[in-house]
Amino acid sequence: MIDEETQEIFRQETEALIESLQECLLQLNSTPEDMDLVTQVFRDLHTLKGTGAMFGFARLAEFIHDFEAAFEQVRSGNAVVTPDLIAVSLKAYDLIVALLEGEDPAAEKDAELKAALSAATSGDAAPAAAEAEVVEEAAAEAKGEIEGWKLRYKLPPEFMEIGGNPVAILEELLEIGGPDTKVEAIVDGLPALAELKPNELHTAWELLLPADADEEEIRDVFMFHEDSMELELTAIRAAAPAAVEVAEAEVTVEEAPAAETAKAEAPKADTKKPAAKKSGSANVQMRVSAERLDDIMDRVGELVIAEARLSDLAQKLNDPNLTEVVEDIRRLALGLRDTTMAIRLTPLSSITGRFQRLAHDLAGKTGKDFDFVIEGEETELDKTVIEKLSDPLVHILRNAVDHGLEDNDTRVAAGKPARGTVRLKASYSGADVLISVQDDGKGLDPDFILGRAIDRGLVSADANLSRGEIFQLLMAPGFSTAEQVTDLSGRGVGTDVVKSTVEALRGSVEIESELGAGSSFTLRLPLTLAIIDGLLLQVGEDRYTVPLAAVEGIVEEPEAIRDGSDPTTTVELREKLISIMRLREIFETGGERAEFPKVVLVRTGDQQIGLAVDRIIGSYQTVIKQLSPMHSRLNVFSGATILGDGDVALIVDVAQLVKAQGLDQDGKEQAA
Amino acid sequence: MSKEILIIDDSPSVRRMVAMTLQQEGYEVTQCEDGAEGLDTAKAKRFDMVITDQNMPNMTGIEFIQAYRNDPSSSGVPIIFLSTESEGDLKSQAKAAGALGWVMKPFEQAKLLAVVKKVVG
Repeated sequence: MIDEETQEIFRQETEALIESLQECLLQLNSTPEDMDLVTQVFRDLHTLKGTGAMFGFARLAEFIHDFEAAFEQVRSGNAVVTPDLIAVSLKAYDLIVALLEGEDPAAEKDAELKAALSAATSGDAAPAAAEAEVVEEAAAEAKGEIEGWKLRYKLPPEFMEIGGNPVAILEELLEIGGPDTKVEAIVDGLPALAELKPNELHTAWELLLPADADEEEIRDVFMFHEDSMELELTAIRAAAPAAVEVAEAEVTVEEAPAAETAKAEAPKADTKKPAAKKSGSANVQMRVSAERLDDIMDRVGELVIAEARLSDLAQKLNDPNLTEVVEDIRRLALGLRDTTMAIRLTPLSSITGRFQRLAHDLAGKTGKDFDFVIEGEETELDKTVIEKLSDPLVHILRNAVDHGLEDNDTRVAAGKPARGTVRLKASYSGADVLISVQDDGKGLDPDFILGRAIDRGLVSADANLSRGEIFQLLMAPGFSTAEQVTDLSGRGVGTDVVKSTVEALRGSVEIESELGAGSSFTLRLPLTLAIIDGLLLQVGEDRYTVPLAAVEGIVEEPEAIRDGSDPTTTVELREKLISIMRLREIFETGGERAEFPKVVLVRTGDQQIGLAVDRIIGSYQTVIKQLSPMHSRLNVFSGATILGDGDVALIVDVAQLVKAQGLDQDGKEQAA
Repeated sequence: MSKEILIIDDSPSVRRMVAMTLQQEGYEVTQCEDGAEGLDTAKAKRFDMVITDQNMPNMTGIEFIQAYRNDPSSSGVPIIFLSTESEGDLKSQAKAAGALGWVMKPFEQAKLLAVVKKVVG
């Protein structure tokens, strides 16, 4: 019986294996002589075959058998890795994935690919390998009916040394022969006592089994030893010949185990189910269902809130004993929070395999030669974020190759290296993760983009847009048009979906480009989705939170701007001109103005902005709750959090607020 | 006392499947991920039977059998070699190294149990 957990382990194991397989194949494409990679491919295939077969994927195992054979040729030096072999192998890889996912591709495909694999490793184009082997079953010979067997055997001398039990063999034979079996030990071969080693076996046996047992059944007793022992087996037949049906060889083996084990065996269709269910988790070591993880995260979130309430209470009661316990609980809750968040983190490498494959396919389709470089794939992100990022990144990567990179001749003519480079780079930046796709292609032409946006009616003709704003237009819905659709880029999600997906993850997309030198699309994403360290601020009667990671400093509000009532102003702070947003005015909150108001300096993108607030309450574990759909258009808030006293504090999305106030550096009203 | 079996295989799913099959029948199972780990484990404690895969990182099954058989503590401990059909010649290599027998992958659980019962009772 294969339980669900085993099937889940199988699914994760095969996912890791096929990911490794694809990666090795792609690497082999650039370093065809790397024998370690060949060995790895061979090993991955081998394991896939073995486990696949055990989990009921017979067709898969059969197909991989030939795939593996092709790489055995390479491994043993009879063939070399060629672009042809890699191309065919990648197609074979696709078939493996399809089979694992429970699809049922046309059967000819197996044969076709097997033939191609064999041709690619033998130089022989004849599809001989595709022909199914015909196993001939030995026809039953109609002889006289068997009445019994005469048997003489001598086991290898080391039989006991390697763990064999001669008595067990005798017992098994007696079981076949029944109580009337005659046994005789022959000790002729016994060496002299001085030379006799106690662990060696020198006795031979002669038996007369009065049973019409099948020959296979008797030979099976010696199953592993037949080729290293002496065995004479003669049938004792009755005089009258009669037709005998040959029993299945398996019967004897199946006899031994308890009936329930045989019954409990899962049907093949069932074992395929887990592989067909495709979820994104590729981390081999993770054996917890995603749902349970989310559940834990929720509870930890609630715990953090409860802990905050307890802290509040302890502070009010001012009891040192209680404070001590509260401190302990606080430490534990925070530790638990960090561990839980770490569990959810998955390295980007869990999805980079498919990008490598995509790059390979794109090179083939566009005829553009380029290097695909991945940097920082050990960078870890929340599992949910990683899963959702795959499609947007595929889209950006396609665009980079399809629209970004010039063809090789154009590049040479422009004085660039013929081979382009596309770089997928991930790194940490404070509480954010940056994932960028850079190409050294022709770059984006702001005038062209602006012209098209005006044509499409996305901006008015007299709009005064910064360079950054113009590039952002690329991601406006309706910018991309049918004209632009090619075989490669015109599929899947549009660039506007990239933007909305990333923003739904509380991230942003930054586009930079230099005409003639290349472009880069950078996705800025929060490390985790659930809990952040926040700075709790008092503004009038209300409280707001900003992500602590964005905070760079806190200063007294300069006298110079204290009396103004514009939502934004500019002041010189630390010898720099800084835009200040007065949250009281922006959010129109009432209440007393504080005597010593503060300015919180926050970083957004390359810009430092000041937030004028009344009071700094302190750092606060912020469990992010999504705003209701009704309020989701309030994009200056990325969510809300529940405070210890049960009140709600809104979480300020500084970048959006800056944009809404027109203070972003690319904006029309340049601050400085 | 229940019989103790050591299973060495780098595939977690195969390992688990073998372990479950045997545990259901009351055997005690210890699992190791490769030959090297298996060797340390087998030397440290006597098992009633060892089941090993061939293709593993660090130390293959056959290398494990050779190394283990070089150690006097392996005397009388049966080793079953897990092998796939493409490795016909490995079977004899494994036997030469000191395996008692083999089970071909893919195997049915019932078949595996039959072999185990035959070897350790």
